[in-house]
Amino acid sequence: MLIFGERINGMFTDIGDALRNKDPKPIQYWAVKQQEGGAHYLDVNSGPAIPTHERVEAYEWMVNVIQEVSELPLVLDSTNYDAIEAGLKVCKRPAIINSCPAEQVKIERVFPMAIQYNAGIIGLTMDKKGIPKDAENRVAFAMELVAAADEYGVPMEDLFIDPLILPVNVAQEHAPEVLESLRQVKMLANPAPRTVLGLSNVSQKSPDRNLINRTYMAMAIACGLDAAIMDANDDDLVDVAATCQILLNRSVYADSYLKVFRAR
Amino acid sequence: MSVTLVKEKYSSKVGEVVLGATAEQGGTRTSTITVGGDSALPFLHFEGETKNRPVIAMEVTDVVPAWNEMIMNQIGDVISDPAAWAKKCVDDFGADLIYLKLNGADPEAENRSPEDCARIVKDVLAAVGVPLIVEGCDDSEKNNEIMAVIAEAATGENLLIGIAEQDNYKSIAAAAMVHKHTLIARSPLDINICKQLNILINEMGLPLNKIVIDPTVAGLGFGIEYVYSIMERARLGALANDKMLSMPIICTVGYEANRCKEAYASNEEFPGWGDLADRSVLWEAVTASGVLQVGASILVMRNPAAVSVVKKNIADMTGK
Repeated sequence: MLIFGERINGMFTDIGDALRNKDPKPIQYWAVKQQEGGAHYLDVNSGPAIPTHERVEAYEWMVNVIQEVSELPLVLDSTNYDAIEAGLKVCKRPAIINSCPAEQVKIERVFPMAIQYNAGIIGLTMDKKGIPKDAENRVAFAMELVAAADEYGVPMEDLFIDPLILPVNVAQEHAPEVLESLRQVKMLANPAPRTVLGLSNVSQKSPDRNLINRTYMAMAIACGLDAAIMDANDDDLVDVAATCQILLNRSVYADSYLKVFRAR
Repeated sequence: MSVTLVKEKYSSKVGEVVLGATAEQGGTRTSTITVGGDSALPFLHFEGETKNRPVIAMEVTDVVPAWNEMIMNQIGDVISDPAAWAKKCVDDFGADLIYLKLNGADPEAENRSPEDCARIVKDVLAAVGVPLIVEGCDDSEKNNEIMAVIAEAATGENLLIGIAEQDNYKSIAAAAMVHKHTLIARSPLDINICKQLNILINEMGLPLNKIVIDPTVAGLGFGIEYVYSIMERARLGALANDKMLSMPIICTVGYEANRCKEAYASNEEFPGWGDLADRSVLWEAVTASGVLQVGASILVMRNPAAVSVVKKNIADMTGK
């Protein structure tokens, strides 16, 4: 189970301010803190803090300041592919592009870029029309992304299908559909593509978000979830990820398994 | 229709452990031995590297052992002199290492003092240039006493010392750490305890490349399949980047194989089993060859004839 730390995102005030003031400290603070929490990758998102025309430069800067303090590989999170490419150019370790929907124009831009920079891709099961309601249509989009990976020569284990979880308080019927999508995505190819979720979405604006996050994550892992963009400093959540590894026999049990999961 | 060779891609490999130390490294060995480092399943050269070939340590005891005559006769008179016995193992039988088992320390037997034990270790160190594995007796308290003294007396030699177990690892791990030796971590045929013990030892500050796993091997016909599957799982764990299972493995096959009745019962007693001379050699050799297939790095053996069979097997498997 891979943890993609979600915290370096311009939607958070401290990161937004850091970006505006070119102050690396909050970004580097969260890079180190998420690594200590158990993150395997760090998601990097400038958010709306930076005007569109400055995003390329901002991405390059963010990647560089993170790499000054952390060895972790990065998940470059933007809808601006020029910004992502600028980030990929300075990444020291193979990164993951977050993300590409099942739209031909975007596939043509993202998949060759992934090959060029030896990067992974998070593929979203949606197109211009938005997020489908049922598992069937999500899986159809996933199949298009799998076919694209095959066409461009992206190794299947470098493709992370994200079946897009929505907040349970307003889109409750999506939660079980996403679980079913995770199961079916694993049958699309051999080796199967990997899967990922923007986990914290499930609990947007609900009370006791942590409980919802960790319950849904355990359910999703049992259905085939390989990675989650999540709060790497929610210790209970990381404990659940570690325990799932043990209960699915993916890692050999030892009494100190929680500590081992976080060890590098 | 062409056939593509299926190659598994692993994310990690077995850790490397160096045994012994030469003069430049603060010891007196003429050469060191490195084990581990494999990046694939055993001997699958086409998908990864078998970096260091498995090695054979021959067992030498400080008191004359009660082994079967077939082995005793091959060793001859030197059996009462550990230093001369060790030298014969290296010079005549081609042992890569010497495994010195100090049964004489046992309070129920000779009850040798730690100083006497250390002297025997020094004698063997002087007699041979290969790295040494030193294990105490089967009394854990006495063992802690003697290993502390031995570790100090042999400072700098980078011995492989044992035994650390889940309920008794602290003092010997401390001795290994202070005097820069390598440690055997033994678990009772249990991969979970094996992993946990490695974690506990590592938490004390002993680096992972100073630990060797002893999974408690079993003799052929007496549960070898349990250790076989455990070793296989440890190897798969190591290749999948489980650092706490990525140490090289030592197997005391000589001890286990030779306590199987098939290795010593006479032809007259069991006519159906055939000639004892062949059987006793093969029981140890097949036990050893079995565990080689799941990643044994150090084989501890007794019977010189079996050693010669297994050496040939290793040479065939590694192509060297």
